[in-house]
Amino acid sequence: MAPSTFALIIDFASGGMLLAAVLVVWRRALRSIVTLLACQGLALAAIPIAAGAYLGDTALLLVGVAVLALRAVMLPWLLRRALAAEPPGRRDATPLMNTASSLLMVAMLTLVAFAVTRPLTALQSTTLTDAVPTAFAVILIGLFVMVTRRHAVSQAAGFLLLDNGIAATAFLLTDGVPMIVELGVSLDVLFAVIVIGILTGRLRRLFGAADLDELQELRD
Amino acid sequence: MTELMMASLLAPVAAAGLTAALGWSRLSATVTAISAAVILFCSIALATRVGHGVHLAAGGLLRIDALATFMLIVIAVVALLATVASIGYLHTELADGHTDAAGARLYGTLTPAFVAAMELAVCANNIGLIWVAIEATTVITAFLVGHHRTRNALEATWKYVIVCSVGIAVAFLGTVLLYFAARHNGAAAAEALNLDVLMSHAGALDPAVTRLAGGLLLIGYGTKAGLFPFHTWLADAHSQAPAPVSALMSGVLLSVAMSVLIRLKPIIDAGAGTHFMRNGLLLTGLATVAIAALLLTVTGDLKRMLAYSSMENMGLIAVAAAAGTTLAIAALLLHVVAHGLGKTVLFIAGGQLQTTHQSTAIADITGVLQRSRLIGTSFAVGVIILLGLPPFAMFASELAIARALAEANLGLVLAVAMTLIAIGFVALARNTTRLLLGAAPADAPTICPPRSLAFALVAGLAASLALGVAAGPLTDLMVAAAQQLEGPR
Repeated sequence: MAPSTFALIIDFASGGMLLAAVLVVWRRALRSIVTLLACQGLALAAIPIAAGAYLGDTALLLVGVAVLALRAVMLPWLLRRALAAEPPGRRDATPLMNTASSLLMVAMLTLVAFAVTRPLTALQSTTLTDAVPTAFAVILIGLFVMVTRRHAVSQAAGFLLLDNGIAATAFLLTDGVPMIVELGVSLDVLFAVIVIGILTGRLRRLFGAADLDELQELRD
Repeated sequence: MTELMMASLLAPVAAAGLTAALGWSRLSATVTAISAAVILFCSIALATRVGHGVHLAAGGLLRIDALATFMLIVIAVVALLATVASIGYLHTELADGHTDAAGARLYGTLTPAFVAAMELAVCANNIGLIWVAIEATTVITAFLVGHHRTRNALEATWKYVIVCSVGIAVAFLGTVLLYFAARHNGAAAAEALNLDVLMSHAGALDPAVTRLAGGLLLIGYGTKAGLFPFHTWLADAHSQAPAPVSALMSGVLLSVAMSVLIRLKPIIDAGAGTHFMRNGLLLTGLATVAIAALLLTVTGDLKRMLAYSSMENMGLIAVAAAAGTTLAIAALLLHVVAHGLGKTVLFIAGGQLQTTHQSTAIADITGVLQRSRLIGTSFAVGVIILLGLPPFAMFASELAIARALAEANLGLVLAVAMTLIAIGFVALARNTTRLLLGAAPADAPTICPPRSLAFALVAGLAASLALGVAAGPLTDLMVAAAQQLEGPR
């Protein structure tokens, strides 16, 4: 693979991740948000797979395939299952902020991400590390989605955005963390999403909806 | 030493497996308690051998040093008390129909698994593995917090899982940045996350990247330790979880997360200068103490009161960690074990009050002292421990923290912290007086604690007293840990 092709793939993949995050903010229907997350997982997996092929690193290639299975297939499937149990009228995430201001906010957050990551790109500037600001932007957008959406499934989606961003940062900065850590991290994320899925089911049974505005009993 | 550590890690895993296979019974619960006793035995054996050494195992993934051994002892003691109390607690729950066989099996499986995850978090040498273990505690305890399937328990579980998962994800980002800095500095890929390797490279890490990593790690693990600004899950989760689980969470889980921060601080200090983490810990620590003291004055709920008191103590520990001298770290370790013991006694006694009254509002639970001598006295002594009065160890630890702060030229911080703690003291004393001595309604239910619970209470109080009168053998361990962790001045 020529260096220019590699750079193209990495830029395209990280750009794709950011685009998917922006579209998640734009769309309200949870069904399309889950589809976007699957696309983002695909773009994320492209990073270690391309890097593995370019550097001739088989282990990284395998990690990439595992990421593909986990984040493009398994996690979106878990979310879709949680969503399918929702009554049809409640499959929208009503955000606390309207779409136009949300998108403006996303632009701001992207700028912030570029500012925050300057020490990283200043320390080491390669094809991979130069894409780190976009991964940071995805992390911040994930946090933003978690704060402004009041539906259990959309909070889970925000969490996955955040997590995809962090995974992308790890791949871009360091060709991924050591295998044993990567394995543990993936397992933890998988379990966290399963737990969130089960809790969503319980919310629906006890509160009649996975709407988080109901959760205000506990306070002082 | 490796064998001892492995035995202590595998004992609770075996107990979890047994309960998962056979379901909850008095037998499986007793085996779980025995597994906690095994941890205690192994950690004491380790303590006699570890000295000032650092022993690496499993290809550098695990480590045994003074801090790890000390935290293992704290985990073991609290786990032993909590698992013994669990026998009677769960038996009563089953008899009253508050849970069923499946719920009891889940509880019996997850509790020892939770203990094992905490052990791994303090024994891991690889900061990636530490992260995995800490996140595992969140995943495992999620269903323990939601054990009572009420709306309130569910609300608490949801907040707990979401806030802690996000916080801990931020810590992973910090871990990745630290890894990046170490790799850039020439550390080998396979071991650049190991504490010893990071420490040897720490002086040459890029300051700007290390600062970024340090900030993210502080926020991340601070979330799990109940520090401001992500403390919001704490009171909800602690008040809704079953009492023995609250004891484990409050008594050790918070300090386990704090011990991770204490381990990371010397690395960040060497890479980014001592002021960064120091100011960060001071700021979050003081803010935590302030919020906890204010909430203590308004809360009317027994278990939330105990939770806010935990926050207050974690804030104080963070402030002591900021000072970072040998005396400060030794003092904060004494504070950790003294608080762990006292809080365990209080949560177990409080849990019995909750079971009896089906409520945790202090207004519903009054005149406890005249209605049950055991529960009343345990609660009273537990609060005396928390208030930092002699002869208990928190008196000595708070004095030592105060002295350490004064010596580190943090007099102003000391003054603010002391004022806030005084506010918390008054609030805690006032609520407790009402609970213990207030007039009891004529139709108040009788408090009859199960035998195992009573045993745990008496044992916890005896241990607290022993610790207060003679910290003795633990002192060497705490000083050794403090000397290893003392940052550059």
